[in-house]
Amino acid sequence: MSESLYDRIGGDAAVNAAVELFYRKVLADYRINRFFDNTDMEQQIAKQKAFFTMAFGGPNNYTGGDMRTVHAKMVKNGLDDSHFDAVMEHLGASLTELNVPAELIGEAAAIAESVRADVLGK
Amino acid sequence: MTKLTIGEKDYNCEPDEVVLDALLRQDVDISYACRQGTCQTCLLRCTDKVPLTKSQSGLKDTLINQGYFLSCLCVPEQDMTIKLPEQSDFFSEGKVVVNEMLNRNTILLVVECQDILEYKAGQFVNLQREDGLTRSYSISNIPQQSKTLEFHIRRLPGGQFSEWVHDEIKVGDQLLVSEPQGHCFYLPDRKEQGILLVGTGSGLAPLAGIISDALSHGHTGTIHLFHGSSELEDLYRIDEMRQLSRDVVNFNYTPCISRGEAPEGFSSGRAHKVALDALPDLTGWRVFLCGHPEMIAEMKTQAFLKGASVADIYTDAFHVSVNE
Ligand SMILES: Cc1cc2nc3c(=O)[nH]c(=O)nc-3n(C[C@H](O)[C@H](O)[C@H](O)COP(=O)(O)OP(=O)(O)OC[C@H]3O[C@@H](n4cnc5c(N)ncnc54)[C@H](O)[C@@H]3O)c2cc1C
Ligand code: HEM
Repeated sequence: MSESLYDRIGGDAAVNAAVELFYRKVLADYRINRFFDNTDMEQQIAKQKAFFTMAFGGPNNYTGGDMRTVHAKMVKNGLDDSHFDAVMEHLGASLTELNVPAELIGEAAAIAESVRADVLGK
Repeated sequence: MTKLTIGEKDYNCEPDEVVLDALLRQDVDISYACRQGTCQTCLLRCTDKVPLTKSQSGLKDTLINQGYFLSCLCVPEQDMTIKLPEQSDFFSEGKVVVNEMLNRNTILLVVECQDILEYKAGQFVNLQREDGLTRSYSISNIPQQSKTLEFHIRRLPGGQFSEWVHDEIKVGDQLLVSEPQGHCFYLPDRKEQGILLVGTGSGLAPLAGIISDALSHGHTGTIHLFHGSSELEDLYRIDEMRQLSRDVVNFNYTPCISRGEAPEGFSSGRAHKVALDALPDLTGWRVFLCGHPEMIAEMKTQAFLKGASVADIYTDAFHVSVNE
């Protein structure tokens, strides 16, 4: 069996490196940071880890249904494609900054893209 | 509904109920204080293998290993077998040796505790009064030969423990002292790293301890302390800190006053804002935040956005319990 994207990207260590870069970009982005308001930093970092583990196709317990539930409240508060695009942008930029090869970034983006409908409650 | 087994007895736990509430509801006597996973007073041990991840966050590896968890955070996913802490294992005896005012509302309490375990300045202990009333206080001194622990305790109007300490406690009185806890302290690695410390009110207690610890280890990086309060009269140890900043080249001290115009030698504004203005780039810094929970929540995010890594941000929010 071929190695998973998660392992090829560098597993847990890669996730840890990406999380801070990514979350800093998200928090500094006026287009989307309101969704991340008043949340505890450590808990958020843990959730971003879950996000990356998922985007890398790594071990996680989430289903599309979970993504729907988790983001449902945000959809009520206006979460739409433009916000999703912004998150995708930061995902790509963070991985580029970490010198992850373009084709692996592409794979990660495709995985994240695959939950768009669930995240946006469509 | 899940089942909680303690010794020979079974207790029930409602679907969204945390273990602490379930046991208190069924008259099991458990010490607790903050109810939000900070003070670790309600630490219990689970002897079978069940998922506890969330209720173990922030615990030491060694505790996690043994199945310790915070009962105030734990909503059981399945039945659990629980061991209660033997109170005597967790607390040792202390005796008040000094109580004197640091300013109009903060008292210096020095407690001699011969059996205190190894600790780091900046950690906290839970102090317990004879009748069981328990509160967390941060240790402000590095370990002493005399086995004394220093605390700075601010009077909260109507507060049970702090008013008792201010109004009634005398030299010679006994107190119980828990094991040292918490992870807001100095580790003697990366000595060239910049250290930013921001504290409000009695949040100076752990920070002063952390500074002594860093200096005693020969920390070479810049150390910058911002201590804030609303009024000048609520700051303390101003002269000592100023003296220290003259004696130690890499130590800087900025006292801050958030209400009204600050007199000369003081900065105007809330301590964390003053710090953020003074230090626009925190990449690579170690950051310690102690005191007011809202200041800490806000500053944690800001320090992170300015480049500090989450792993390098240490905090002790002085949560006040509201359920007792
Ligand atoms: C990790 C940690 C470290 C800490 N370190 C320190 C330290 O170094 N120094 C320090 O001074 N403090 C510290 N604290 C805070 C300390 O533990 C206590 O919370 C604080 O001293 C107040 O306790 P108290 O018994 O005096 O007040 P409490 O009796 O607990 O009351 C707290 C406040 O709530 C109000 N109140 C109480 N009951 C009610 C009610 N029913 N309705 C409305 N209001 C109510 C009271 O008037 C009071 O203002 C720390 C806390 C934590 C979690
Ligand atoms: C790109 C696809 C996305 C994936 C794979 C994803 C994945 C996740 C995961 C795994 C969690 C943690 C769930 C939990 O355990 O609580 C989470 C939480 C969260 N997500 Fe997403 N997410 C995506 C897009 C977005 C977008 C576009 C936004 C908003 C701009 C967003 C905002 C949030 C917030 C605010 C939380 C925290 C919710 C809370 O605090 O409980 N996510 N996401």
